[in-house]
Amino acid sequence: MSEQDISSIAHLMRRAGFGAPLEELEARAAKGYDATVDELLDPESQPPMERDIMMRYKTDWLSQAGLEGQQEEWTFRMINSKRPLQEKIALFWHCVLVTGHAKCEYPKQQSMELDMFRTTGMNSFHDLLKGLAKDPAMVFYLDNCMSHAGAINENWGRELLELFSLGVGMDGEFNYSEDDVKAAARAFTGWTVTNSIPRYPYGKYDAKFMYDPRDHDNDEKTFLGETGNFNGEDIVDIIVRQPATARFVARHLYNFFVADDVQVPAWKDTPPQDIEAIKQLEEEYFRSNYNITAMLRVLFKSDWFKNATFSKVKSPAETVIGTLKLVGDYKFPRPGLDMMTMNIRFMGQDLLNPPTVEGWHTGREWIDSGTLVERINFTADQVGNTNHTGVKDIINRLSKVGPLLTAEQLVDGCLENLGAYRLADETRNQLVALANDEGELRSDGDDFPTRVATMLQSIVATTEYLFA
Amino acid sequence: MTSTKKDPVLVVLQLAGGNDALNTVVPYGNPKYFDHRNNVVVSEDQVLPINDQIGFNPNMEPMKKLYDEGHMAIVQGVGYPTGSRSHFRSMDIWHTCEPTKIGEEGWLGRVVRDLDPKSENVLTAVNFGRGLPRALVAPGVPAASVGDLETYGVLTGIDDADQRLKALDVFSKVYTPMIGQGAVNDYLAHTGLDALKGADILSSAPGMYSSTVEYGSDTVSQYMRNIVQTHLAGFGTRVLYTTAPFNSFDTHAGQLAAHTRLWSETSRAVGDFYDDLQEHNAGQDVLLLVFTEFGRRVKDNGSGTDHGAGGHCFIIGEQVKGGLYGEYPSLDADKLDDGDLQFNTDFRSVYSTILDKWMGLDAKPIVGGEFEQLSFV
Repeated sequence: MSEQDISSIAHLMRRAGFGAPLEELEARAAKGYDATVDELLDPESQPPMERDIMMRYKTDWLSQAGLEGQQEEWTFRMINSKRPLQEKIALFWHCVLVTGHAKCEYPKQQSMELDMFRTTGMNSFHDLLKGLAKDPAMVFYLDNCMSHAGAINENWGRELLELFSLGVGMDGEFNYSEDDVKAAARAFTGWTVTNSIPRYPYGKYDAKFMYDPRDHDNDEKTFLGETGNFNGEDIVDIIVRQPATARFVARHLYNFFVADDVQVPAWKDTPPQDIEAIKQLEEEYFRSNYNITAMLRVLFKSDWFKNATFSKVKSPAETVIGTLKLVGDYKFPRPGLDMMTMNIRFMGQDLLNPPTVEGWHTGREWIDSGTLVERINFTADQVGNTNHTGVKDIINRLSKVGPLLTAEQLVDGCLENLGAYRLADETRNQLVALANDEGELRSDGDDFPTRVATMLQSIVATTEYLFA
Repeated sequence: MTSTKKDPVLVVLQLAGGNDALNTVVPYGNPKYFDHRNNVVVSEDQVLPINDQIGFNPNMEPMKKLYDEGHMAIVQGVGYPTGSRSHFRSMDIWHTCEPTKIGEEGWLGRVVRDLDPKSENVLTAVNFGRGLPRALVAPGVPAASVGDLETYGVLTGIDDADQRLKALDVFSKVYTPMIGQGAVNDYLAHTGLDALKGADILSSAPGMYSSTVEYGSDTVSQYMRNIVQTHLAGFGTRVLYTTAPFNSFDTHAGQLAAHTRLWSETSRAVGDFYDDLQEHNAGQDVLLLVFTEFGRRVKDNGSGTDHGAGGHCFIIGEQVKGGLYGEYPSLDADKLDDGDLQFNTDFRSVYSTILDKWMGLDAKPIVGGEFEQLSFV
């Protein structure tokens, strides 16, 4: 197994999952890169989460009645799922097809939405949009239940076009007009939800999607140049056929899985940084009948993906989950996970409660002086804790390098164990100097664990480690 | 006087969870109060009277004192149209000044941008608590968020002091911007140095501070003390923010006991904060706003109260014109809004007054429109 194999698998697992300890990376590299991609893309081939165990230890996760409990449960899933890409794709769609706790009648509806992303998020985008339009959390969040024949509320109609499918524009042109927004809103009148009746103090009954034909606008509509007596499904049918939708899905996948792009509002006038990659994804979108798994297969097996190492700033969720996986904590639902989960919020990503319907701005916008301190201190606290099994494993591995480690061996060994990280020469030289400054490093010395831990802490504080 | 005048400073204390307006400023002169409140009630003989109609909750002695001295304004019946009874949504509305759509920027984020457009001072705004409240979030606007001022810093998890200093030295070298590394890395490098600088400066505050005021041991008290420490240290901080622990004012059940503890602690914290500033002759430039996202139901539910509308704001400071502002919302059945108090003063009026008359800023673009100015400043 070459260093290159480990590095490629580490990259793949960071993007298609939340990273992995070196032992898992080696096992996957032994199976091969393509086989690992195929396994990730077939989540059903791996066992699901053991729901009974989760609920036995965390009965509050059953009720899904509050934001913090939901976040904690999702965090546990992201750390432990044997289907990492399934959780990653749920996170992806949550960041694109946004609903927020701040405007949610009953929190559990958002958990049900996440389940929809888990089970159908890698299938057809066509089906996903249709599911989204009937998703009670979404119907309520974007006020479609307040949109009536003769008195439309444009909120859902607009965001469906602007943020969930076509995008404002591409190649400098607008993708739709204000009239299209109105037509879409009219077509979705009558798409509403049943009341979520309270059963105090045990939360509420689930709201269900309901179509009320009496409240549907049955007149003719013209949408994106096509005319007919359209209902909501017809609008989705027309949307998914548009080149703009192919561009939209391709560019979102690229931004989330490959490399940081400009923020979404700039997409109309700023072309994609790698137009060839986007074109391949667009072609696969149409070829596969809008199938997300097919697009991801093209993506993960492409050279442009493999070459795009460390070109994304990690999101807070990726940072926290990746770190906890690495140090091997919370493999079981023990107390304290709720507070651990809060770190994702402290770093600026309050899962299930995004700041706006646009979701979170990504890339360098994750980082400001406040969130950077949170991020570095959290990560350094974890990798510096020599009681964690994952940290012990790293110390143990490095102790086997030889009786005496050079400063270079310490730095490079730590980098490899963190997931084949690379540093700029300047940075690496600084860390080597730091290690040298402490004198001879004996692997049987009492200070060996601390010296390894301190080096890990110094590495996770670098700018390089902000990236994945 | 003008030559020694310092920049005005705004301190915000957020009472998260929805404070019960009726049992905070109690309308004990109105028999309807006792009709609506069968169990969760403050009796007439307990109230600390303001006049023959209303009075403070008995646990608010220190704030009553500030009121009697003329340093505290009570704005009654504050809210916004089509009130939301969701904590998150309502808090969002107060934070972004956007009652009808999901807002993008926090109002104090915009304030910080106006005060320090080039982000020259990393400490123009400081929050005490973990994670920034949305009020302080705006793209490109730095704000420090401090969980524990005594131990605040970068890489605090390296126990050995000497090791940590060396690691921080490496950190500062690694984060030094280099020519030709690209815009993103340049930004990250600057941010890293800002964070380090901010932490260094902030952590020096407790060491410069001494006071005879002894604060309570609860979180709000400790953070109010941190706010005074930071203000006294003279870092040029203009906006300081803190929040009562997560939704603590959300008193659906067992309210009387909980509310007693909450207001004993909070009122004492506010009184100590005021006294501490006085002791250091530093109260001249500070204005404190105390707010909550909504009031609670007029009728109690047996042991607590559910989410409602219309609440009160308190504005406290040496320069504040104390007294009552707005009208106490009516308790008449036909004047209630679906069982809740009707607001009569938009919260953006309170913000506008503070921004215009205290901070000297143009309030309109910050709160998103023109709102009536009150006269508490």
